[in-house]
Amino acid sequence: MSTSAVEITGLNKWFKAFHVLKDINLTVARGERVVICGPSGSGKSTLIRCINGLERHQEGRLTVEGVELSEEIGQIEAVRANVGLVFQQFNLFPHLTVLENCTLAPMWVKRLPKREAETLAMKYLERVHIPEQALKYPGQLSGGQQQRVAIARALTMEPRIMLFDEPTSALDPEMIKEVLETMVELAETGMTMLVVTHEMGFARTVANRVVFMDEGEIVEIAPPEEFFTKPKSPRTKEFLSQILR
Amino acid sequence: MANAPTKASRPPPRAPLPGPIEWLRENLFSSWGNAALTVVALLILYWVVVPFVRWAFIDAAWTGTGRDDCLAFENGACWPFVSERIGQIIYGFYDVTERWRVDLTLIGLALGLLWLTMPGMPGKRPVGAVMVLAYPLIAFVLLAGGFGLEEVPTTRWGGLLMTLVVAFTGIVASLPLGILLALGRRSELPVVKGLSVAFIELWRGVPLVTVLFMAANMLPLFVGLSVNKLLAALIAVALFSSAYMAEVIRGGLQAIPKGQYEAAAAMGLSYWRSMAFVILPQALRLSLPNIVGNFIGLLKDTSLISIIGFFDLLGIVQAGATDPEWATPNTALTGYAFVGAVFWAMCFGMSRYATHLEGVLGAGGRR
Amino acid sequence: MATPLRIAWWRRRRTRDLLFQAALIAGVLLLFGIMANNAIQTVERQHIATGFGFLDHTAGFDVVQTLVRYDETSTYGRVLLVGILNTLLVAAIGIVLATLLGFLVGIGQLSSNWLVARLARSFVEIVRNLPLLLQIFFWYFAVLRALPGPRESWGVADAVFLNNRGLYLPAPVAESGFGFVMLAFAAGAIASIFMFLRAKAVRERTGRVSPVAPGTTALLVVPALLASAAAGFPMSFSVPALSGFNFQGGIVVLPEMMALVVALATYTASYIAEIVRAGIEGVARGQTEAAQALGLNRGQMLRLVIVPQAMRQIIPPLTSQYLNLTKNSSLAVAIAYPDLVSVFAGTTLSQTGQAIEIIAITMAVYLTLSLLTSAFMNWYNARVALTER
Repeated sequence: MSTSAVEITGLNKWFKAFHVLKDINLTVARGERVVICGPSGSGKSTLIRCINGLERHQEGRLTVEGVELSEEIGQIEAVRANVGLVFQQFNLFPHLTVLENCTLAPMWVKRLPKREAETLAMKYLERVHIPEQALKYPGQLSGGQQQRVAIARALTMEPRIMLFDEPTSALDPEMIKEVLETMVELAETGMTMLVVTHEMGFARTVANRVVFMDEGEIVEIAPPEEFFTKPKSPRTKEFLSQILR
Repeated sequence: MANAPTKASRPPPRAPLPGPIEWLRENLFSSWGNAALTVVALLILYWVVVPFVRWAFIDAAWTGTGRDDCLAFENGACWPFVSERIGQIIYGFYDVTERWRVDLTLIGLALGLLWLTMPGMPGKRPVGAVMVLAYPLIAFVLLAGGFGLEEVPTTRWGGLLMTLVVAFTGIVASLPLGILLALGRRSELPVVKGLSVAFIELWRGVPLVTVLFMAANMLPLFVGLSVNKLLAALIAVALFSSAYMAEVIRGGLQAIPKGQYEAAAAMGLSYWRSMAFVILPQALRLSLPNIVGNFIGLLKDTSLISIIGFFDLLGIVQAGATDPEWATPNTALTGYAFVGAVFWAMCFGMSRYATHLEGVLGAGGRR
Repeated sequence: MATPLRIAWWRRRRTRDLLFQAALIAGVLLLFGIMANNAIQTVERQHIATGFGFLDHTAGFDVVQTLVRYDETSTYGRVLLVGILNTLLVAAIGIVLATLLGFLVGIGQLSSNWLVARLARSFVEIVRNLPLLLQIFFWYFAVLRALPGPRESWGVADAVFLNNRGLYLPAPVAESGFGFVMLAFAAGAIASIFMFLRAKAVRERTGRVSPVAPGTTALLVVPALLASAAAGFPMSFSVPALSGFNFQGGIVVLPEMMALVVALATYTASYIAEIVRAGIEGVARGQTEAAQALGLNRGQMLRLVIVPQAMRQIIPPLTSQYLNLTKNSSLAVAIAYPDLVSVFAGTTLSQTGQAIEIIAITMAVYLTLSLLTSAFMNWYNARVALTER
């Protein structure tokens, strides 16, 4: 249908009477890396959760890899199989081993044989540098390791797009670096990435574009050097002055 | 390498162990009020324990074959009543030559339960599946007959056998039904939710006795055929306990963080798959202590089926105590003491197991 | 403005959800339909009457204990009322006793006295792990039936007697002028409440603590005493006395009711004791240190910090225990205490054969009690949730 990975036009969403997303328009090209930032409550997490259907939008259109998210049966599952999501709180399944966490969806959604799923899972656990933890339970790992497992779990589905919802916000300072490094390595493979984060260093080095959101709307979209050096909107300026000190 | 040596750890100073006198003073006689309490407690113990021990052991009749052997012991238990009737107490009126089938069933149950409750046994999942899926069928064939085994009508079942059949059927049938109801109660579909809530609250709102009355008097009208009385009672018990099971499981489901549901959905797992592989395994584990608690309640409640004419463990002893062959002032009490001991051992054991599970789940959390 | 995607209606998620729910409703209706059809046919075949007309028919049997006027010419509707009242009576007395015993044992479990704590614990572990029916049988057949006959009754002060026919208590009989005494008592009660509130206001305004207990107690007792002295003590007692083979006068508590009340109260008390223990322990863990750090003494700590919070933990499960006790009172049927199940779902059902109507009514009564209780709990939880914010 198109060359873009994600196409969002005229998207609106409400929580009860509260207007969380206001007329969002955003197109992400294949292989593009977009960082979304903004103050808390600006709707950036909601936007990213709309992209794989965890939140439903009420107005507008949202197309992911040519498939439009809709009320049609099976559509959401089809989109989700193409989109990996990494949460702030990792959300690993505590009753399954690291390996089982990774193989669950490939086996039951993509119907891969167990052995194949395991080979795939090990490949991605190696990519995030923790193959030796494969047989442990999530509770036995540190926060940084858990988040890397979560990344490997999403990758084992071989998605075309990876979404990150504040992946380092729940981590102790000394563990942020290992997760960010993994994400940089992932970016180098050409993966399409949408990242909600406050790590401006990451945005500067990895992003093609930075999206600034405030009060449910997109205020400014710009390449990182332009975004950080000469922001257009006064709201962006104020945000940057608070976050970069 | 360290330039300043770290201080070596040393053991804590040992507190002198309190002698028996200090212990007594501290725990029983620390003040006048405390001492008074101790005296009251001792008096209660003296008034309860001493007469009971005298009645149950010292003044009791231990051997004999009929009421005359007990009448000589006016103020003591009539144990021959229990030992002479033990066959009936365990098997009811089950044919004596076929009792081995009951033994086999009960041994299978005991082995299965031991396997599942002992920590560190391998293959708990397959054994659990066998106990829940295959064992009830095998047990049914063994007990009722068929496949070359002589048929024993359910009207002849009784005693401990009946108690265990009702309790075990109740728990096995109420687990899947309870899971469905708990999921239904949390459903987003209003009809599913409404029906589940109505079903659960209806059964939880009425006493089991009325449910059993319903099974005995109303079910035959609704089905239109003559229903096996035991089957009707079993259905009633299963429906009744599934409502309680649903609430226990709902508690477990509520304790699962929202992120688990979202993570499962985000991977593209369908509703049923995310329930089966992600949510329910965790929720059932969390509810396990309460499921055991539920089972204890159910086991105690099985005694109510004697009200609609079944001879369960309590019912058969109650019937035996009024039998003129054994009528003595102490027969009923002896029977109650025995039945009480059996129930107490089962319930107390299980409640200890539930407490242990709570500790394991609380401390380890995850495996 | 983007136009929404067009999807064929049968491919929409909402359509599938609607169809599924419609099928579910149809299934349930079908089930009910089949059951109703079977019931109608069986009822016709067996010539059982239908409808609720039987409630106006004469019952023609006697009930051993009635709180309202009842005789053999009364209707089945009256039987229903008698049963409900007897159930409520036993439940009310049971609830009071279970609460008293339960709190006593629950606090006893936390006693620093080793023996008391062990004794309380043993009570809980023994009573809770035995079937209630067994305990009812024990009290009824083994204890109360074994009491001596009326002639060899155990008596206290020639006014209270216990034998295998029941517990005989003196009954107060009001004479003329009794209303005057009640009036004086009510006035004293209002005055004592007023005094309590005033003392509280003084304490909050000035910080001065004055003991109110002696004053309020005096206000409760003295006016009523003075008034009854003035009216010449307008109350007498009808004291039970042996005449012939049985006692006459006073009130008699039937052995069935005694056994049921004792068994229900002790059984439920063992659950309440656990609720009380858990409630206090749950609060005490963190709050004791905070209260000690503020310099409150042990009594103040319990009264101002622990108990108010523990009550919040205790009341919801306590309410459901009250409901359980009420439902468990249906075991009365096993020893023929004339409760709702016994006289209505038992005797009335076997006389009329109208199983469907009678069991539906019986269940509806219990269900109403349950729904009222859960309405209370929802209200209470909402209130607590509000004050916690």
